[in-house]
Amino acid sequence: MSPLSKTFITMKSISHLNKTIGRGIKIAQISNNVTAAKTTIDTSHVEKHSQQAQGWWDPNGPMKALHSYNLIRIPFIRDGLVSCSLDERTLLPLSNKVILDVGCGGGIVSEGIARLGAKVTGIDASKELVEIAKEHCTIDSRLENNRPSYHCTTVEEHSQHFFDHYDAVVASEVIEHVADKELFIQSCVKALKPGGKIFITTPNRSKLSEFVTICLSEHVFNLVPKGTHEYDKFTTPTEVTFLLERNNCHVQLVHGIMYYPVINKWAWTSSPLLIFALQAVKLAE
Amino acid sequence: MLITKSIQLNNILVTRITNIRSLTSYRKYSNNNEQKFKGKYDVIIAGGGMVGCALACAMGKKSLLSNLKVLLLEGSPDKKFKLKPEYSNRVVALNQSTKSLMKSLEVWQHVEKMRLQPVRHMQVWDACSDALISFCSSDILDDDISYIVENDVLLESINIELKSSTIKNVDIVYGAKVVGYELSKGGHESNGHIVKMHNGDTYSCDLLIGADGAKSAVREAMGVQYLSWNYDQMGIVATLHLAEETTNTTAWQRFLPTGPIAFLPLNSTKSSLVWSMTDTQAKELLNLPEERFVDALNDAMWKQYPRSSVVDACTSWLGSWLKRFDLPDGAERQLPPSVQSIISGSRAAFPLGFGHSTKYVAPGVALIGDAAHRVHPLAGQGVNLGFGDVKDLISFLSDSIYTGLDITHPNWMEKYESERQRHNVPTQLAVDALSRLYGADLPPLVLARSLGLQLTNALHPIKKMIMSHAA
Repeated sequence: MSPLSKTFITMKSISHLNKTIGRGIKIAQISNNVTAAKTTIDTSHVEKHSQQAQGWWDPNGPMKALHSYNLIRIPFIRDGLVSCSLDERTLLPLSNKVILDVGCGGGIVSEGIARLGAKVTGIDASKELVEIAKEHCTIDSRLENNRPSYHCTTVEEHSQHFFDHYDAVVASEVIEHVADKELFIQSCVKALKPGGKIFITTPNRSKLSEFVTICLSEHVFNLVPKGTHEYDKFTTPTEVTFLLERNNCHVQLVHGIMYYPVINKWAWTSSPLLIFALQAVKLAE
Repeated sequence: MLITKSIQLNNILVTRITNIRSLTSYRKYSNNNEQKFKGKYDVIIAGGGMVGCALACAMGKKSLLSNLKVLLLEGSPDKKFKLKPEYSNRVVALNQSTKSLMKSLEVWQHVEKMRLQPVRHMQVWDACSDALISFCSSDILDDDISYIVENDVLLESINIELKSSTIKNVDIVYGAKVVGYELSKGGHESNGHIVKMHNGDTYSCDLLIGADGAKSAVREAMGVQYLSWNYDQMGIVATLHLAEETTNTTAWQRFLPTGPIAFLPLNSTKSSLVWSMTDTQAKELLNLPEERFVDALNDAMWKQYPRSSVVDACTSWLGSWLKRFDLPDGAERQLPPSVQSIISGSRAAFPLGFGHSTKYVAPGVALIGDAAHRVHPLAGQGVNLGFGDVKDLISFLSDSIYTGLDITHPNWMEKYESERQRHNVPTQLAVDALSRLYGADLPPLVLARSLGLQLTNALHPIKKMIMSHAA
């Protein structure tokens, strides 16, 4: 927990900075809103992901990094929602939790948390991927009575019908593909119950992550299909924190994540420079 | 042309017919098999020794694991245990880590109720010099160094819990003779591993645990490399009656040029012997009359061996320097007890060897205890390493289940293997090095080891490190 608390402290000091940086973001957001229609969808990114539908569920295929990623992000979501002692652990720690997986893709995270008992709704803008997800969740016998339900829709639309509804919203490796980040955060928070939690993981906008997630993963190791990421769309913990806190959330922790491509392993680190995971709680009105 | 064609046709017909025949015979065979198919389990533990039973017990008690359907296969019949007044000659020294595992399984209370002897001091010394090292529980761990427990007392204590009504998910088959393992390669379509028994029964499981000892058949089925050598040594065990009554909480070990001899305390008047020596020597000693054997024992503990004057001079020089810096110089030594007699018929011998399995895991298979590693008994580590395996295996498996993963997920199995090998291999190698270092009586080697032992004894932090690793 010590690296956690460390980043937590730095986050606090950063939140002061927010006020000054925030103005800049606001202006950028407004100009964004004026030029484009209000949507979180970036069609080019959706198309790129749809092309990957075929190999999505092969643990050694093009999405293998996302599969091994579950080994740390599922515990991250689980422990953010339930904490109990070793002896009180149950097989279905997330039962009676209703969770929205935004940008679920082929359903790697959705199935992971559904296996822990959560009632999961997965939404994605790509029709192909939602089909893949629907198909795949019938394979696992452990999901027989608790299959995630998948819909091809956007979070802004979904939250219109399901506001104050979810115990948790998960957006894992999604916000870096989104057109309007503020609308995205707003909609995610809208779908949450007061007291519900939002979990976000995304690459940081840093030289390190540009080098690792774009140069190395896409061009050297071919871990991720070329063109998956766009550096300018990356965001920083400060910006996400700013957006969340402006939308009635309190950021509880920011955690650094490290990825080791050769051995395909993920690990927590104290530095959020490469990828970060963020957990926030929606405050009561 | 026509002829060849008809021959071809004929050929095809013949092969078809044989195909059908083989199909029907196969069907018959599989029908036969189905009748004897005894069930599908989540976990099968092969081997119901101390380590295998402890794992089964843990799988029955730990909250996340008690949902697994477990089968324990034990080769020997189920014997009724009765605590006899005389001690068994096979004992183990359990460290604090093993004790905490047994406590968490509620096994320790039964051991305490039956019998155990705490070890609070330990003295280890060299027969070829004055070098000595002593450990005292009070200044190192604030707790006992270890506990001497008879093998069958520990096994019975584990079995009491294993068979208690609180454990509902573990089936046990005694007298189980396994004739073969068919390991699956994993994947969603497979039906898991198949275990075939001598009487025709078969079982299947997702996770197979090899707890079947140094000659593990599970390890063989895995086809992993096994690094092993014999020491050409035997360990002689016996139950000793001491000449005088004492508190007897000290473990004594003396390194003779022929191998280490140790007295492990059992109660105020009895100790257990573990004496390593060459095969030929062992045969001789096993055939000696009991009184002469006792003389040989007392000789081994007390006799002055020929010494090198250089080594003596060096050790006393180092001792004087240590004294000048107010460090323990090892001059104060306690005298070991002398043996009055041995409990008749308690003498026995077993071969000593080293073994290391280069892989502890394969898809859906894991090795624990002696199946994965075998070590010289001189440091009393063997069974403790095995219980360490159990501890790590249940914690990694539980974590994996709590994350929603399958019980055969490679992630936890790899973690188990690397974590255990990181602990076991250095321990095994250190024990092996010690046995070789003390097997020699060349003066330079004697000098090196004597000074090393003296320094280790003088430097508290190093001693503490050794103790915490062994615990």
